[in-house]
Amino acid sequence: MDMKVAKKLGLKERYSLMTRDLAWDTTYQPMDKVFPQTTYEGIKIHDWDKWEDPFRLTMDAYWKYQSEKERKLYAILDGFNQNNGHLSVTDARYINVLKLFLGSTPPLELMAARGFSMMGRQMNGAGPRVACQMQAVDEYRHFQTQIHSISNYNKYYNGMDEFAHQQSRMWYLSDGKSFFDDAITAGPFEFMVAIGFAFEYVLTNILFVPFISGAAYNGDMAAMTVGFSAQSDEARHMTLGLECIKFMLEQDPDNLPIVQRWIDKWTWRGTRKLASVGMMMDYMLPKRIMSFKEAWEMYVEENGGALFKDLARYGITIPKCFSQTIEEKEHVSHQSWIGFYMKPQATPFHTWIPTPDEMDWLSEKYPNTFDKYYRPVLEFFDAQEKAGNRFDNKTAPMNCQVCVSTMKFNEPGDPMEMCFRESIYKGEKFHTCSDHCKEIFDNEPEKYSQTFISSHQVLQGNCEPDGTDVNAPDFKPGQNMLDYWKLDKRALGDFNGSEDQKNFAAWREQATKN
Amino acid sequence: MAIDLRTVSITPLRQTFGHLARRMGADKPASRYIEATMDLQPVENYHYRPTWEPQYDIFDTTRTAIKMKDWYALKDPRQYYYGAWTLARGRMQEVAEGDFDLVDELGLAAAYPAEGKAQALKTFLPLRHVAWASNLNKAYVSSYGYGIAISQATCYASMDQLGVAQYVTRLGIAFDDLDALATAKKDWLEGAEWQELRRYVEDLMVEKDWFEVLVAQDFALEGLLYPLIYERYNEKLNAAYSPVFSMLTRFQREWFGETTKWLDAVIKATGADNADNKAKLAEWIKKWRDRAVVALKPVAALAFGAEADAIMAELVQNLNARAAKAGIAL
Repeated sequence: MDMKVAKKLGLKERYSLMTRDLAWDTTYQPMDKVFPQTTYEGIKIHDWDKWEDPFRLTMDAYWKYQSEKERKLYAILDGFNQNNGHLSVTDARYINVLKLFLGSTPPLELMAARGFSMMGRQMNGAGPRVACQMQAVDEYRHFQTQIHSISNYNKYYNGMDEFAHQQSRMWYLSDGKSFFDDAITAGPFEFMVAIGFAFEYVLTNILFVPFISGAAYNGDMAAMTVGFSAQSDEARHMTLGLECIKFMLEQDPDNLPIVQRWIDKWTWRGTRKLASVGMMMDYMLPKRIMSFKEAWEMYVEENGGALFKDLARYGITIPKCFSQTIEEKEHVSHQSWIGFYMKPQATPFHTWIPTPDEMDWLSEKYPNTFDKYYRPVLEFFDAQEKAGNRFDNKTAPMNCQVCVSTMKFNEPGDPMEMCFRESIYKGEKFHTCSDHCKEIFDNEPEKYSQTFISSHQVLQGNCEPDGTDVNAPDFKPGQNMLDYWKLDKRALGDFNGSEDQKNFAAWREQATKN
Repeated sequence: MAIDLRTVSITPLRQTFGHLARRMGADKPASRYIEATMDLQPVENYHYRPTWEPQYDIFDTTRTAIKMKDWYALKDPRQYYYGAWTLARGRMQEVAEGDFDLVDELGLAAAYPAEGKAQALKTFLPLRHVAWASNLNKAYVSSYGYGIAISQATCYASMDQLGVAQYVTRLGIAFDDLDALATAKKDWLEGAEWQELRRYVEDLMVEKDWFEVLVAQDFALEGLLYPLIYERYNEKLNAAYSPVFSMLTRFQREWFGETTKWLDAVIKATGADNADNKAKLAEWIKKWRDRAVVALKPVAALAFGAEADAIMAELVQNLNARAAKAGIAL
């Protein structure tokens, strides 16, 4: 029998046949018309074939692994829900973490899905294109499994029911929205640095480890399982982000200053975005994993520091903002929680004053700052609350034009002084929260002058419930914010005395006693 | 005997999320597909305009000539959210794996009659590049389409086509090692039989209206190509030789049968929204169907020789019937 002996294919060769060998340079349409986006940012790529595939997963293997993971994940979710798993969490305050998470994270995973789809269409090279497509479909997985895991909580607790409506309207969610809107409206290479590298590589651990460990520590098997199940996807995403950075830097020395500017910008933007993670770790988890400061030291200073050391051979220097983030790690979680506590009429999650035990934990974890700056504020609020004079800041906040955080961070080196910066563009004054945000603004004023700041938009009549007549003679802007947000009154304000608190206690009683 | 297992029963405050209750018209439990899909894409208060196309918003209904009162009417009758999709594909890949293993174990490829094999590989293998183009064109629809209903279904379909391209590659490896793949690529780039088809998919790579790309790639081209090759040509080979090619392209056949249900539902819902959509769809289907016939005729001739025209005519009839069933009069 005339039987040809099949050549033994190496993994790399085989993967290449399964991806880039499928591609060809188009001739009926010019390549620069087929891939029109990869030149205008100034990044120079001479040879797309030099791209090293960060992982080699063909679709058959992908479906095999992913379907096994999905089967297990949904079995656990079903079991958790059927067995009233929500009553096994440490204390009902924990559920507010899920409210914060549902509003802030699945909508951003969705943007990552759409953004990576765009990369999976726009990258000229077949290698990066396939890797981006795979990340896109993974991101669909992530926002969907997150929604599915929290869906059952929504049936029993307030404040989660309107997350989809609130994603583009809620004032405190606009920092995350601006982050992803910024990345997706940038060119493809900047998107890869912003999301693929800064977010998925440098900062992802400080976002996911605390959340997933927080879920595990607090008895939330649903969220924990979703997190653990996403981890192997995340490992792929991290290698993609890193490979993209290395690829750009190896292709042309002219790429270095552009990439460095993006790393500086997006590390800072990501840091600002993560202030709310700090507040979750230090204030919202009834059973804490570690302090935000400790997490920052471990995941950003140590791991991130080592990463940038590794990238030094390409000429990359540690992001400019690094020293400021180290100074701020002792402040931002307290400033954020106090900021939210002061707005009891404007969030779909509850706030509270930490118990005396919890304050002592904070003193121990933050020996340089907590007792000196933040305990006195919290104790003052506590006394006021007990005296029937709960602090309620009803004014519209002032926001940073770049990161859209409310202005609440301190001047570097001076915790008693709030930090403000301003820039003038086309005769108009724009405010920023820090030197780094100001620099970002000044580099691209045309872009950042567009930022949708809801406290400004309210005054222009752009944040009203559908059907409001903004030209009516008696129209006053901002009178109907709860309707505009579809914010359930039961979800507002203090945890103490809330419906969540009462229901949880009653249901747990029902489930554990006769 | 029925066993009455008991769990502690707590009355929920609500059955579902607000946006889903409004959509369903009642507060009732929503399926996982509905939860994972409906009304999730941002529609307002975008912060910045794309630097790459500042004339549009990030998500913009005017990227297509199609108008919809509700973009989530384009829902998927298969109810594929990620989990459901990947479980379905996981099952299909398991079967495909079994088929490839069996062919290998029994030496079926090596035993295939030489004259049939050469002609079959010449027909099948360039299709890995067609699937690759399909992956790219579907990625375009998924990137710039409006609403998660269409973006997720086309994202999954795009990955499916990457899978198809890889299965065709494995088919080549199973039969004739790497030389056949190299020859097929040369045919794809230079062979006269393939140039109209290559022109067709490359033209779609620069088409801006995402819905037109969907119609041209998924409905017109694949609506003719898949029955032509993965059904008819396989039947011909089965009768003349053995069902090995049918076995190793089972994924493609099942995929097409299943995906057609989704696509026809999308076309139907789009046409049903308004008369302009109907007219637009009819115009696009006719335009791209006629071009697809030109593109596929040489491929059909390669596969069927003298019978090609009659088979193509029949497949066009079938495609017209699908359009008619979806409410689009051509």
